[in-house]
Amino acid sequence: MPKEQIEEYIEAIFDIAGEKGTAKTTEVANRLKIAPASVTEVFQKMARNGLVQYEPYKGVSLTTKGVEAAIKIKRKHRLLEVFLAKILHIAPEKVHAEACKMEHSISDEVGDAICRQLNAPARCPSGKLIYPCEKGIETCNQCKETLEKDASSASQRKILPVTDLKRCQKGTIAFLRGSSKVIQRLSDLGLTPGTEVTLMRKTPMGGPIELSVRRTALAVGHDIADNIFVEAAGES
Amino acid sequence: MPGCQGCPQSRNSFERNADLVVALAGNANVGKSAVFNQLTGVDQIIGNWPGKTVERAEGTLQYQGMKIKVIDLPGIYSFSTYSMEELVSRDFIALEKPDIVVNVVDATALERNLFFTIQLLELNAPLLVALNQIDLMERKGISIDYQRLEEILGVPVVPTVAIKGKGISELTEEIIKLGEQKIAPPEIKYGKEVEQRIEKLISLLGKIETFYPHRWLAIKLLERDGEITRLVEGLDSTDGTVVRAAEELAEEIERIHGEPSGVVISAERYKIADEISRKVQKIRTEEETLTDKLDRIALHPILGYLAAVGVIGGLLVWTFILGSQISGILQNALSSVEQYEPVVSGPLGNIIWNGAFTGFVAGVTLVVPYVLPFYIILAVIEDSGYLTRIAIMLDRGMHKLGLHGKAIIPMILGYGCNVPACFSCRIMETPKQKFVAAFLVSLVPCTARTVVILGLVAAFVNIWWALALYAFDIILILLLGRIAFKVVPGESVGLIMEMPSYHVPSAKVVLKQTWARTKSLLWVVFPAYIIGSAVLQAFYAAGLLNPLNDILSPVTVNWLGLPAEVGILLIFGIVRKELTILMLAVIFQTTNFASVMSPVQLIVLALVTMIYIPCLALILCFAKEFGWKKTAAITVFEVTFAIFLGGIVFRMLSLIM
Repeated sequence: MPKEQIEEYIEAIFDIAGEKGTAKTTEVANRLKIAPASVTEVFQKMARNGLVQYEPYKGVSLTTKGVEAAIKIKRKHRLLEVFLAKILHIAPEKVHAEACKMEHSISDEVGDAICRQLNAPARCPSGKLIYPCEKGIETCNQCKETLEKDASSASQRKILPVTDLKRCQKGTIAFLRGSSKVIQRLSDLGLTPGTEVTLMRKTPMGGPIELSVRRTALAVGHDIADNIFVEAAGES
Repeated sequence: MPGCQGCPQSRNSFERNADLVVALAGNANVGKSAVFNQLTGVDQIIGNWPGKTVERAEGTLQYQGMKIKVIDLPGIYSFSTYSMEELVSRDFIALEKPDIVVNVVDATALERNLFFTIQLLELNAPLLVALNQIDLMERKGISIDYQRLEEILGVPVVPTVAIKGKGISELTEEIIKLGEQKIAPPEIKYGKEVEQRIEKLISLLGKIETFYPHRWLAIKLLERDGEITRLVEGLDSTDGTVVRAAEELAEEIERIHGEPSGVVISAERYKIADEISRKVQKIRTEEETLTDKLDRIALHPILGYLAAVGVIGGLLVWTFILGSQISGILQNALSSVEQYEPVVSGPLGNIIWNGAFTGFVAGVTLVVPYVLPFYIILAVIEDSGYLTRIAIMLDRGMHKLGLHGKAIIPMILGYGCNVPACFSCRIMETPKQKFVAAFLVSLVPCTARTVVILGLVAAFVNIWWALALYAFDIILILLLGRIAFKVVPGESVGLIMEMPSYHVPSAKVVLKQTWARTKSLLWVVFPAYIIGSAVLQAFYAAGLLNPLNDILSPVTVNWLGLPAEVGILLIFGIVRKELTILMLAVIFQTTNFASVMSPVQLIVLALVTMIYIPCLALILCFAKEFGWKKTAAITVFEVTFAIFLGGIVFRMLSLIM
């Protein structure tokens, strides 16, 4: 059974019965416009997956796991509504239907990113509460701050060809480019991503450079060295 | 080697006629050959640059009544398919299954060496680690806990200083012990992401049987090793499921890390090697070493070039000056023993004896004096570690020839003898670069050709014309190299070379090396001189020379402007270049060539001899390395080119001289 369908059921139960109440089979069937017989079958499956408790003739109620899933999907749905209305300026009457489709396909990460981008909106366009995320943070500002710090540190990370290092400057190998044979050779000689290298010397007129890696000295032709990218450390 | 995957054992023939077979394996330039020489007493050429051992060497060791065969494998960093040496070494260990593999490890670069040790363990090699150069290690302020290393690796570790013979007897004892009682080294585990995929592949490999262990196969499949992938594909009865699964798993690894799977696995292996090193190794703060100080000059933007030119030029000048001195002394000494005027009439025995003696004298007086000084200094330069610095300084220039700095090493060796120089072209990475480098080596004037140039031109014209010939030859090499780079198909890669530390050349090593090289020369060359000289004398007496010379005269006389008599010399020169000059003395019955040939003729003869063809030994070497087709192409080209050039130079020089 596709994830999307399950999520639709969870949402429907959550809308009808809330966190603790019980939803009748007919109510859910009406809401989803599906025959009650099929709905019963799905309830049984969901019960096996631990999302609901199902009692024949009485109806279903969400388990803790079910509630968590419901809150997550609602959060995404409402965030998407804000995003569609405020940023993309989609007509208000279309917003709900679009969000219903999108909510199933975006990851939690994208949901959180939208949340930050919208400055952590509290309510959706129709005024319903947007549930908080599951991150262990106190305020939404904190989330924004860490994001900004991450972003700026990423842009401050100086990735440059090892040939651009100064003499005796250290760098950490970020990645290698070039033919697979050459890349393999370089990594076999110890120039693997994450390794610290020191530029010992350059020779004139674009000649080879000397690198110190794992206490061995390697001479590398300029063309090849241009394709070794490092994150530069401070000069020493 | 395509087309050979099904029968990898056909690559090498190896005879296992000993009680114990021991293979030496390890990184380049860690002292394997030194260990080999110590164990077997064989004089395998050693030198302080990575890549000397291009062919596996074999020797035997008699110990406590046991015959132990020792094999010195070429130095490699990994078991990938980057070079032929890596393939040859891994096949030898996996297929020939030596009883013991001694992994010679450079104690001063433990991490990188352990990276290879881990791969040997993966091949299930019965391993013993010789931790070499511990003297250098101590001087560099490093200490290693041998016992701890032994515990972690699960194999015996013996500290050695091979060059001085320290630790060799302990090593031998451990070899014997390990030969009697095999130990199973531990399995080395990778990180979870890689390890899970290795295990998945091992289970898929199931019934596929090769000479390699399953775990190793799985790792190689994940690394996308071409040869192993083809091998498994060929043996897989389930229609390529294994290879497809390997492909998917490798892609998964690549998706996670954003690097080729081979690089990811190398990085993981280094992580393991780093971890082991951290546990067993202590490093005090490093001071500036001798190497750093010397490299400030050797790799200096200006001084570096001066040093390189000075060293190569010095090597040649030293050879000329010292050579001509010794040559003169020997000539005087020998001529007082017996007259060596050619005998061309009388009993055949006398003629042949006289011819043979002339050959011997010529060898002693004309060749040995130049070869010895050259090889002594070459051994000093090799042992010091300076060759690699020349390679770095000249890298840029060599790029113009589609080569890189390392190619300068065979060329310098070529000044001694083209044959070992041709073999050493294996240090070049791609077939194209190997071929172009070997072609250029064939144009480098070896000591034999030096003897001809000096004997004809420096002695009877003047030294400047001899040097001009040298300069002309270098220009020719550059021009032809440039053309070969454009004409020969294939790819070129840039320089990646390990830089060894300098060390003070040991007199013992230098002398041994010089002797080993001179000895091999004497064994091959002297019989050639003696037989060649005797045969020529006999031909002459029998009146066979003139008809041969007549056939060649359109080229020799009409085009090159030389005396008809030299025709036969050019043929003898194919066997050995020095024979040209030795035979000249026989034919003209004088060693004063100025009395029989004009300066222009001497220069033209020297020029043609210098270029026209590598000697027979080099032709054979070429055939072995590149096949007969390419060898024939080079031979025909060089003969035609030399004659063409000789005729032009003859006409031009005739105008000015």
